[in-house]
Amino acid sequence: MKGAPTHFSGPYIIEAENVFKKFGDLVAVNGISFQVATGECFGILGPNGAGKTTTIRMVYGFSPMSGGRLKVFGLDISRDWRRIKSRIGVCQQENSVDPDLTVLQNLEVFARYFDIPKKEAREKATELLDFIALGHRSNAPVTELSGGMMRRLVLARSLINDPDLLVLDEPTTGLDPQSRHQLWARLEELRGRGISILLTTHYMEEASRLCDRLIIIDHGLILVEGRPGELIQKHVGKNVIEIAQPANELRSFIQSRQLPYEDLGHRLIVYCEDRGELYQRITRDFCKEGCVMRSATLEDVFLKLTGRELRE
Amino acid sequence: MTERLEVRISGRFLRVWQRNLRVYRKSWKISFIPPFLEPLFYLIAFGVGMSGLVGTLRYQGSDISYVRFIAPALIGMSIMYNSFFETTYASFVRMYYQKTFDAMLATPLSLEEVITGEIVWGATKSLIAAAIMMVVIGSFGLIRFPEGLLLLPLAMLGGIAFASVGMFFTGSVANIEMFNLPVFLFVTPMFLFSGTFFPLENLPLWAQQFALVFPLTHLTNLARAFSFGHVDLSQLWGVGYLLLFSLVFFPLAILKMDRRLIK
Repeated sequence: MKGAPTHFSGPYIIEAENVFKKFGDLVAVNGISFQVATGECFGILGPNGAGKTTTIRMVYGFSPMSGGRLKVFGLDISRDWRRIKSRIGVCQQENSVDPDLTVLQNLEVFARYFDIPKKEAREKATELLDFIALGHRSNAPVTELSGGMMRRLVLARSLINDPDLLVLDEPTTGLDPQSRHQLWARLEELRGRGISILLTTHYMEEASRLCDRLIIIDHGLILVEGRPGELIQKHVGKNVIEIAQPANELRSFIQSRQLPYEDLGHRLIVYCEDRGELYQRITRDFCKEGCVMRSATLEDVFLKLTGRELRE
Repeated sequence: MTERLEVRISGRFLRVWQRNLRVYRKSWKISFIPPFLEPLFYLIAFGVGMSGLVGTLRYQGSDISYVRFIAPALIGMSIMYNSFFETTYASFVRMYYQKTFDAMLATPLSLEEVITGEIVWGATKSLIAAAIMMVVIGSFGLIRFPEGLLLLPLAMLGGIAFASVGMFFTGSVANIEMFNLPVFLFVTPMFLFSGTFFPLENLPLWAQQFALVFPLTHLTNLARAFSFGHVDLSQLWGVGYLLLFSLVFFPLAILKMDRRLIK
């Protein structure tokens, strides 16, 4: 991508201060504050209905705020919405590609919404199709594309205006592993070029891999904020031992060691800094099988903080 | 709240219009067929099939053939149908099923521009249909030129009026099946009782007066006058009504769509 002439260079690309959103009586976002540094990939994680999509919709000027202050590129979203929107690229959750148009036309028509001149739009579109490995399908109707291709096209479309900020709402939901990894590779490449990213996801692996920093929100409030590694270390520790069908003696043993654990009935989850002694002891004395030790992950943090009940 | 009050319409609405034109151009050969064949069918049915029954009728003090009477009304109806169906069914599909508007709203376009682009596009479809029908009907000598050329700006004005009210319904209905309601309660009565197939003077006085509420009544009157080559200042009432109708439903359409899309 040829560098656009004026890229944003302030310290913070997004500054959200006590942002608040109500739908009738329902409070969707209950006064959250966060800052995204320029060039950073920032994640918003949370269970269904936590307020992720609502938050980012306010950032890209789709939803008006009910209260608070929100600055993007140092500009006020409620006043300078058009200038802000012209420098953001958005991948919405649903694949809103235009089924009436071909792959290439989708990008060209979208470029026109940004007032990009026709000739430049064609060049940019062709370049982006190569970037997402869809150059060979440029004249295909989008209805012929697979889910992964469609998602890549949405990504390409969000890059048509050379954005300073890319907003991704669950970019890989529903994709097969191959497509997901391909999309991640593209996003990492974009990050390498210094583009700032705001991302929501349900996949902790995705957040760990892509995000410099993240927040976990629930019921419209921020539960934690930090770097993925630090959050894991702080809230879970180093390792996790999972024991299937634990016997009662094992339960009393764990309790006696005063270790943090979770009892799911059919499964016991023990958080520990242990290098293996505890695991060896458990497998030797209590259960021969159905016991594993693994590194703690962001998913452990997420479930610990937001609980295991279904959100529907 | 102030940002919702400021005027958010710029010339950028043309980008939305251009998107629709681009899609239309992909299938223009098929889109051209209905406005080309429809007047032919009607003219054959009424000119050949029914002329024995009707023959001539009295309209504004002179005897004219039935075909000459209904030919301009066909253009009026086509203006109504093209824009109304564009901003109801077609816009609903783009809004609800294709999420086209959601995607547009993630660009520098405002909701007002998206809706304006859609409405102006609906009117453009009326214009295209009217132009094609003018060629067909005119070739039978049923339109007097150059006065008949006024049908083109009329198509645009009538198109804006019906596209606006159509978009208002699109902002209001819960699902696409619900368009049956405005079609049967609004469009069909107009189709029959706006002086299209028979002179309004044949109706009782109260019905004649009620018919003045219908924008199609004014559209038909104007289309007939322009086709017959009658142009005078009294027609400003009809033009004024269509303008007023647009000025009411255009902002209402934007308001309804704002409530529907902006969450």
